Amino acid sequence: MLELQRVSAHYGPIQALAEVDLVVRAGEIVTLIGANGAGKSTLMTTLFGTPRASSGRILLEGEDITALPPHRIARLGMALVPEGRRVFAKMSVYENLLLGATPLEGAHVEENLQRVFSLFPVLETRRTQRAGTLSGGEQQMLAIGRALMSEPRLLLLDEPSLGLAPLVIRTIFRTIVALNREHGLTILLVEQNARQALKIAHRGYVLQNGRIVLEGSGAALLADPQVRAAYLDAAS
Amino acid sequence: MTAAALPAPSPLALRLRDALVITVLGGLLALPFIGLVTVEEGGALAVRTRWGAWAMTLVAIFLGRLAFRAALDAWRSRKPSHKSAAFSSTDAVLRRAAGTSLLAVALLLPIFFADNRYVIDTATTLGIYVMLGWGLNVVVGLAGLLDLGYVAFYAVGAYTYALLSTQFGWSFWAALPVAGALAALFGILLGYPVLRLRGDYLAIVTLGFGEIIRIVLLNWTSFSGGPNGIGNIPRPSFFGLPFARSAEGRTFHEFFGLEFSPMHRFIFLYYLIVALALLTHALVSRLRVLPTGRAWEALREDEIACKALGLNTTTVKLSAFATGAMLAGFAGVFFAARQGFISPESFTFSESATILAIVVLGGMGSQLGVVLAAAVLVVLPEVGRQFADYRMLVFGAAMVTIMAVKPTGLLARREPTVRLNPSRSSAP
Ligand SMILES: Nc1ncnc2c1ncn2[C@@H]1O[C@H](COP(=O)(O)OP(=O)(O)O)[C@@H](O)[C@H]1O
Ligand SMILES: [Mg+2]
Repeated sequence: MLELQRVSAHYGPIQALAEVDLVVRAGEIVTLIGANGAGKSTLMTTLFGTPRASSGRILLEGEDITALPPHRIARLGMALVPEGRRVFAKMSVYENLLLGATPLEGAHVEENLQRVFSLFPVLETRRTQRAGTLSGGEQQMLAIGRALMSEPRLLLLDEPSLGLAPLVIRTIFRTIVALNREHGLTILLVEQNARQALKIAHRGYVLQNGRIVLEGSGAALLADPQVRAAYLDAAS
Repeated sequence: MTAAALPAPSPLALRLRDALVITVLGGLLALPFIGLVTVEEGGALAVRTRWGAWAMTLVAIFLGRLAFRAALDAWRSRKPSHKSAAFSSTDAVLRRAAGTSLLAVALLLPIFFADNRYVIDTATTLGIYVMLGWGLNVVVGLAGLLDLGYVAFYAVGAYTYALLSTQFGWSFWAALPVAGALAALFGILLGYPVLRLRGDYLAIVTLGFGEIIRIVLLNWTSFSGGPNGIGNIPRPSFFGLPFARSAEGRTFHEFFGLEFSPMHRFIFLYYLIVALALLTHALVSRLRVLPTGRAWEALREDEIACKALGLNTTTVKLSAFATGAMLAGFAGVFFAARQGFISPESFTFSESATILAIVVLGGMGSQLGVVLAAAVLVVLPEVGRQFADYRMLVFGAAMVTIMAVKPTGLLARREPTVRLNPSRSSAP
């Protein structure tokens, strides 16, 4: 579904990604874990062309998207839930969701809205409320709902558990699993919350200073002594 | 001695210190303005000092600041700010009622002041500023792009009509769309180089753009008449009927069998700007509920999120600049036709600043707020006329008061652009 071939990315002189190879197959949940500043968010945004990959190739369902402008990439069935949610704070929940439908240019809005509302009933009751006044968990649901409005086949989630209460995190993770199992969505999940992410993931990658240093099945990484030492024991 | 050992400064001490800082700043500013005067001495200018006046100014600033802070604190603690989370519907009803009554007042005004040229003229000026405010609101209020050179597009519209009508005999109505399109083109021209800029940088470049247009008009004498401007610009006619005592063809008053009155033209101009402003309002309101307008607002909120959602931020920005510029272009055509004479003097930075002040005071993005703010900014200086020298002082004080009391503008709360039908699942 998604394939990165030796992708590097830079912010000016700073190299944020170094020859990253990564594959996400249709139907999988793949998680990418790594410390703060490892380049996880950069990897996500590089897929959308900001910053652009300085070398390497990015293939989405076989199509080379490395040089496409961001707004074209978003039309190819890949949607991003950005780090820190980034909902449109002064606009209503409903308007936020409508903006999520941009890549479809107005098609299937009603159906997708109903799908999002059935996934997150709280959004329906809050639909005229300003997004900025929602709780953190609700904002995360809105950010996910907004991304789902474009009917993506591949959903990218950048630290959806960031700053949320444990109970809310559990709901979010359950939703992610449901999206994958019941709705057949392929998911690339970036998390610092490594234990929970690896538990639900089919496979995982460990990113360190912009390099993939380890990869394997979720269970294998959970059991890996290196991963345990670096990301699991310290975290919880 | 550690910081922790010190008692926390009392509110009074804080206020005194604040007042002192302001006094020092004010004193520095007042030094050239008040402390020094120029007098004529045998034909030459000499500089005199006025230490007494300066000292009194310092005292006034100090006491004024103390009183101001006290009043402000009292106001703020009296009214705890509880921003309502949801868009309340009573609010929307109130807005609608206010909008409708304002419209009624606007339409009926000439009936009550049919022979008061002063009122009609002031109201016409107000109409121009409302239209400009609504236009700039698209750029600043909705798309969140700070534009300090908005007056440039107003100038483009005005000069387009002035040149087309005086050189090629174009009519007002024929020139209107052309001027709008040309202004929009200039909007895109400005938009391109500033695509990557935001905030302060954008403001500086737009400021420069406004000045460039003005300076070109000032110096390209063969094209624009330079500082002499362009005169004898034809006034708009009533669908071909001129407002004159006598003319070759039929005149307005002959056609309608009325006694000739110069007021006819002023009232017609007034209704014309009301119509143009309403058209602007309709256009902007319509755009706001369409994906275009939603994209403008989303851009203001979060550019990165916009990109991830597949919005082409380039087109979104350019469309905002072009729409705002086009509306200013229309207003410019009206301005030129009304004045009959234009020169670069009318398109200085202070014009841009006034229009921006209208948008900011109105509460960024609020259409009704723009009308109220324009009324404050246009009518207040008129009322202040009796205070002659103190006019700008009153004006400034009013601005400061509004921003202190309502820092987010007169009507800060934006209306939702879409409402769902009341659904079964949620009770009101
Ligand atoms: N906009 C930016 N400009 C410059 N450097 C950046 C920018 N964003 C991230 N970086 C740098 O790139 C590296 C990777 O950051 P990021 O992708 O945000 O890591 P993570 O998401 O894993 O915490 C860090 O060193 C960070 O400082
Ligand atoms: Mg990150």
